[in-house]
Amino acid sequence: MTQNGVLQIVLYGVALLALVKPLGAYMARVYLGQACGLDRVFGPLERQFYRLLGAQSQREMDWKTYAVAVMAFNILGIVALFLLQCAQGHLPFNPQQVGAVRADSALNTAISFVTNTNWQNYSGETTMSYLTQMLGMTVQNFLSAATGMAVLVALIRGIAGNRVTDLGNFWVDLTRTTLYILLPLSLILALVLVSQGVVQTFSPYADAHLISPVTDPSTGRVLHDQTLALGPAASQVAIKHLGANGGGFFNANASHPFENPNPITDFLLVLAQTVIAAALTYTFGRMVGDTRQGWTILAAMLIVLSTAIFASYAFESAGNSSLQAAGVDIAASNQQAGGNLEGKEQRFGIARSALFATTTTATSCGAVDSLHDSFTPLGGLIPTLLMQLSETILGGVGSGLYGMLAFVLLAVFIAGLMVGRTPEYLGKKIESFEMKMVALIVLLMPFIVLGATALALAIPAGTDSISNPGPHGLSQVLYAFSSMGNNNGSAFAGLNANTPFYNLLGAATMFVGRFGVILPVLAIAGSLAGKHRVPPGPGTLPTHTPLFVGLLIGTLLGIGALTFFPALALGPIAEFLQVSAGG
Amino acid sequence: MTNRLREQLRPAALALLALTLVAGVLYPAIVTALAQKLFPWQAGGSLLERDGTTVGSALIGQSFGDPGYFWGRPSATAPFPYNGGASGGSNQALSNPAWLNAVKARIAALKRADPENPAPIPIDLVTASASGLDPHISPAAAFYQVGRVARRRGLDAERLRDWVAERIEPRQWGVLGEPRINVLRLNLALDALTQDRSPRIR
Repeated sequence: MTQNGVLQIVLYGVALLALVKPLGAYMARVYLGQACGLDRVFGPLERQFYRLLGAQSQREMDWKTYAVAVMAFNILGIVALFLLQCAQGHLPFNPQQVGAVRADSALNTAISFVTNTNWQNYSGETTMSYLTQMLGMTVQNFLSAATGMAVLVALIRGIAGNRVTDLGNFWVDLTRTTLYILLPLSLILALVLVSQGVVQTFSPYADAHLISPVTDPSTGRVLHDQTLALGPAASQVAIKHLGANGGGFFNANASHPFENPNPITDFLLVLAQTVIAAALTYTFGRMVGDTRQGWTILAAMLIVLSTAIFASYAFESAGNSSLQAAGVDIAASNQQAGGNLEGKEQRFGIARSALFATTTTATSCGAVDSLHDSFTPLGGLIPTLLMQLSETILGGVGSGLYGMLAFVLLAVFIAGLMVGRTPEYLGKKIESFEMKMVALIVLLMPFIVLGATALALAIPAGTDSISNPGPHGLSQVLYAFSSMGNNNGSAFAGLNANTPFYNLLGAATMFVGRFGVILPVLAIAGSLAGKHRVPPGPGTLPTHTPLFVGLLIGTLLGIGALTFFPALALGPIAEFLQVSAGG
Repeated sequence: MTNRLREQLRPAALALLALTLVAGVLYPAIVTALAQKLFPWQAGGSLLERDGTTVGSALIGQSFGDPGYFWGRPSATAPFPYNGGASGGSNQALSNPAWLNAVKARIAALKRADPENPAPIPIDLVTASASGLDPHISPAAAFYQVGRVARRRGLDAERLRDWVAERIEPRQWGVLGEPRINVLRLNLALDALTQDRSPRIR
């Protein structure tokens, strides 16, 4: 670890915190239907939208109607994206003339992008046409993020409401999120990215004439040219990070120099993939009328996140000491990054790679600027564990906070049991129905993640795809389903996941992992909305104190870490022991 | 429930269509138009030309095997290194014996090209990058190769080292990222240098 590396991490933290309040307050105005400035620009377009959607489209919805609207919209999105991939060979904007995507792969990708997972079993530059990238991938980058934020806002309205049945209107929330939050931010970020070198063109791939022809070591052929994959990348990369989506335009994702050309863009992308999720805690505080509640949740998130960042940075800086004996210099200095550089880019070095890896898995982004598969055993454990905490450490945009609020209710409930009082949160009594839904949310994910991992490890269709021997092979499978079950999308990418088995089981995991949480969250929202707001009494547990921060972190780690510890012991921890023993 | 679904299906389809037009057509079109207007060189891939021929991108690395050039980092793209049409890394675990063997083979190749060099090899020269297209090496990796390149090109090693040091890209804003050297640009400048037989170094 170097002073400069620590400084880069601190700089990120300062920038993030500085943006929480302004962006959070702005988003609160958007969701409260107040003037936000941009409505003067996009207002006419917004009203045009509602006219198109019909007279019913702005009516308030109870939780069941809201849920039906979410499901109808998302399932149609899956169908559309699936068909687009199958038909891309016959459609325009396909300069490289790629053909239809195989059905099982297309289904996996469609569900992946609609669920905000962005797990990719394909390589962008060889599989998808420019049209599919724009009409399919870019669109779902926006819409899946907007869906998550809309569901969160419905939950917040449920918590804040007093004996009401309605949670707002999904079409309005979806439209306002897209037009007033995601599009303007993406437009600005995309142009900044282009100025730094991210490509944005409809031209076919470029051809370069090598100044020094090289012999291909595998075939003995002499290569005189280099193909340079291009495309409309910047517009997609911007929303891929802002929406915590993470699906790369190119196969190498944010390690590809055309997606993330320099440390400044890397800084911006890390900021972008965390800022909306962080700011939503402030939005939440505003909308429930007590901003301390939002800051408390953010504090819990950031304590876990910063611990993870520095741990990951330490493990990757230490690298693989066995190389020193072979005559390799791994010490960090002003002359070289040092550490474990396998699967990392020189311009980012260790600090930026560790920062990126932890923020991308703490949020449900899943973009990568380095290859997690080639991390040290414990360096790779951190991203795995962060995903297994149900993507609540910032998490996805919207989805992170609604997941975290489920854990808040659980923490309140546990505290209530300890003192023998009916638990309440923000004036709402937490009763049996809410706790059943919370239990469903908290237990469903480990059930599908561990179940799918166990199945994949038990049959050849699962184990044949493993690319690294020993305990690391288990880690690859565990990582894959932790990623899909929590809608993250990053991978230990050596695993060959583009097989019918992984595509179909993965598609099911992603679908259940997303909507199996959204539906109970909306049910909780509906139930809480109907309740009286009771004034706090002497027995009320204050939920804006350092004590509560500790209780919340304890609940999270208790559930997340204990559930997955046995599996982690067989994977990354066993690999760590094996490597330290020199085997 | 079916009533609710019937009510919401039409707005769902129309919302998908309308938002697809905005986010999937208008938005990328506007970004592309502005990008081509404001930053045409970057938007098109930061292509480098020499004598009117495109020789590569300032952002994408290339494979150099000739000992008279500076070498970049190992690349794990398939089916050949630095395939700009199919980015990717090795994804090998550090506990994978194949990884250690690959690193040892790279060490041996570097030693073969420069047997007298006693310095330890900088880690970036023996590990594959994430993208397989990493355009940079560390200053240490460039300095490690100075002796070999100077011999092959008949240059003075000390002066070549100073010349290389001038081409280090520092951390951005003094803080962000790591110091680095763009290999393709370095080699292009090296060719130019030896062609005009600059007296500065000769």
